[in-house]
Amino acid sequence: MEYVIRFAQVHETFRRPEIESLAALAGIDLEILYYDQFSPYCVIRVPTEADARTLIARSILAKDIFELWGQGTNYEEVHADVRRRTQHRWDEFKNVSFRFTIDSFCGKRKIEAKRAIIQSFSYVGFDGPIRMKNPDEDFWVLEDFVSDVEVATRTPGNTHAYSEALEPRKIYLGRWIANSSRNIVSKYDLKKRRYISTTSMDAELSLVTANMAHAAPGRLFYDPFVGTGSFCVAAAHFGALTCGSDIDPRSFKGREKNDKEPMGLFTNFQQYGIESKFMDAFSSDLTNTPLLNRQFLDGIVCDPPYGVREGLRVLGTRDGSGREEVIIDGVPAHYRPGYIPPKKPYGFEAMQNDILAFASRTLVTDGRLCMWMPTSIDEDVELLIPMHPHLEVVSVSVQPFNQWSRRLITYRRLPEGQVSDISKARQKGDSEGISADDLNAFRRKVCHQYTLSYAP
Amino acid sequence: MKLITANFLTCAVKGCKASPASFPLHFRDAELELQELDFQPDFIRNIVPRIDWHALQIMANELGFPKILDKKPEGDELKDEQILKELHRLLLETHINEGKLTCGNCGHEYLIKEGIANFLLPSHLV
Ligand SMILES: C[S@@+](CC[C@H](N)C(=O)[O-])C[C@H]1O[C@@H](n2cnc3c(N)ncnc32)[C@H](O)[C@@H]1O
Ligand SMILES: [Zn+2]
Repeated sequence: MEYVIRFAQVHETFRRPEIESLAALAGIDLEILYYDQFSPYCVIRVPTEADARTLIARSILAKDIFELWGQGTNYEEVHADVRRRTQHRWDEFKNVSFRFTIDSFCGKRKIEAKRAIIQSFSYVGFDGPIRMKNPDEDFWVLEDFVSDVEVATRTPGNTHAYSEALEPRKIYLGRWIANSSRNIVSKYDLKKRRYISTTSMDAELSLVTANMAHAAPGRLFYDPFVGTGSFCVAAAHFGALTCGSDIDPRSFKGREKNDKEPMGLFTNFQQYGIESKFMDAFSSDLTNTPLLNRQFLDGIVCDPPYGVREGLRVLGTRDGSGREEVIIDGVPAHYRPGYIPPKKPYGFEAMQNDILAFASRTLVTDGRLCMWMPTSIDEDVELLIPMHPHLEVVSVSVQPFNQWSRRLITYRRLPEGQVSDISKARQKGDSEGISADDLNAFRRKVCHQYTLSYAP
Repeated sequence: MKLITANFLTCAVKGCKASPASFPLHFRDAELELQELDFQPDFIRNIVPRIDWHALQIMANELGFPKILDKKPEGDELKDEQILKELHRLLLETHINEGKLTCGNCGHEYLIKEGIANFLLPSHLV
């Protein structure tokens, strides 16, 4: 059966991977028949209506899904397609209450024009009452006009769409089936969250990340750079038990936390009523992790530091000093209250290698790693996608900003004995990470830009 | 810190990982608390196969729990609600609020304070 997904026109490169991830999670055989980054409407084929509901239920970037009753580039085609696809079913709908609505993406229609369009479908012969609230059946005419953004992107310099008077390039008639989870984005809005910091990931993309990583009931998820726990909260929303750690315990405890107060990260779980999905938080450095080399994690979700907003550091001293244990008044210094272990700068690529190696050791087969990393639109410093023989790259999505962009890479842990093609992976063996600046192409680039933009 | 987490933790010192003596870590001066949670049988069923049962027995013993099952439950035993409930209590509801985890290989002590374990190493151990 064919269905139309109506997406939100945002985070375009995340939309398809999210839907494909959800299909893989539910084991649904999904075929994408039409997808365009400039259009909110996407046509798919899945075996049953139940599959269509399951597929959309958790989606954040889709709004809803419709059974496809007809499509075309003009109304004549649409009507012909509607007859062909659905004429044999019109009787089923003879007496139900119903409603027709028009959604014109990037187009405007006068009320009379809308009425005429709806009228043009009267041949289906529904005799039931028209009900604007809670009808039994909800029909949508979806019109896809060419947007200004599309025109500007496809033909640079030309900023005007064809003209508002022009007809849509594609029209669909759909029978509404189900809504997505998009409405929960506002529930998890950072503005309303108890414990956040400047590096918290926004609710929408955290939830998308959790979908890509296949967070689900019964599963165990881990964020090695947990901070305020944005990803843990999102994975917990979808039912996973979550665990996190950070080299800076203040990041998850809260800087002003008093004794006996719950840690900041946990107050978020309390706020959303998902306390039972919180497993643990502890202090640790991913590069010197205490976690076992055992395949026990279903998912790893993280936004590792890259040295712009906060230092990328690992345990140790920059000059290799401090190799001797220090004893003060007979007590080793590192057991005294308030002891802060020394940290040194580390390479961004070295850290990514550590993350991939960690994931390949700890993820169960088919477990997923979702990792955010910066990329630059500027070609000469674009960072390669880090790869590992035990991890298959499932998808790469990009979130552009003005001065830079970042991407979300999703990996799947391959079964033992299978290896992925890593020939395109970067060759650099930089695991020593002596000087962050030497190793950190991205940081160099961004610092450079900042210097420029702060110059008088 | 929950008991389940300890089952996945060893000494953070790189040289210790290869030594069998580094796992499990050993609880010292542990203060326990039982914190009730919604019963999550699907999680227990999923995670038990990944638990190191021998390590769990050692830790439960060190914490003064009555003897746990001799053998890791599997198959139909993981459908037994009573077994799942006991494991839920042991793994997820048992909190170590204060105390230490020590490495049997190098002797390093990891402090647990207000339920948060600290695995950050001083520079001479990195
Ligand atoms: C971009 S922030 C992640 C923010 C987090 N996603 C949140 O929701 O708040 C990166 C975090 O990594 C931590 N970090 C830096 N170096 C680390 C290391 N070597 N091991 C573990 N955590 C580290 C920082 O303390 C910081 O909290
Ligand atoms: Zn040790």
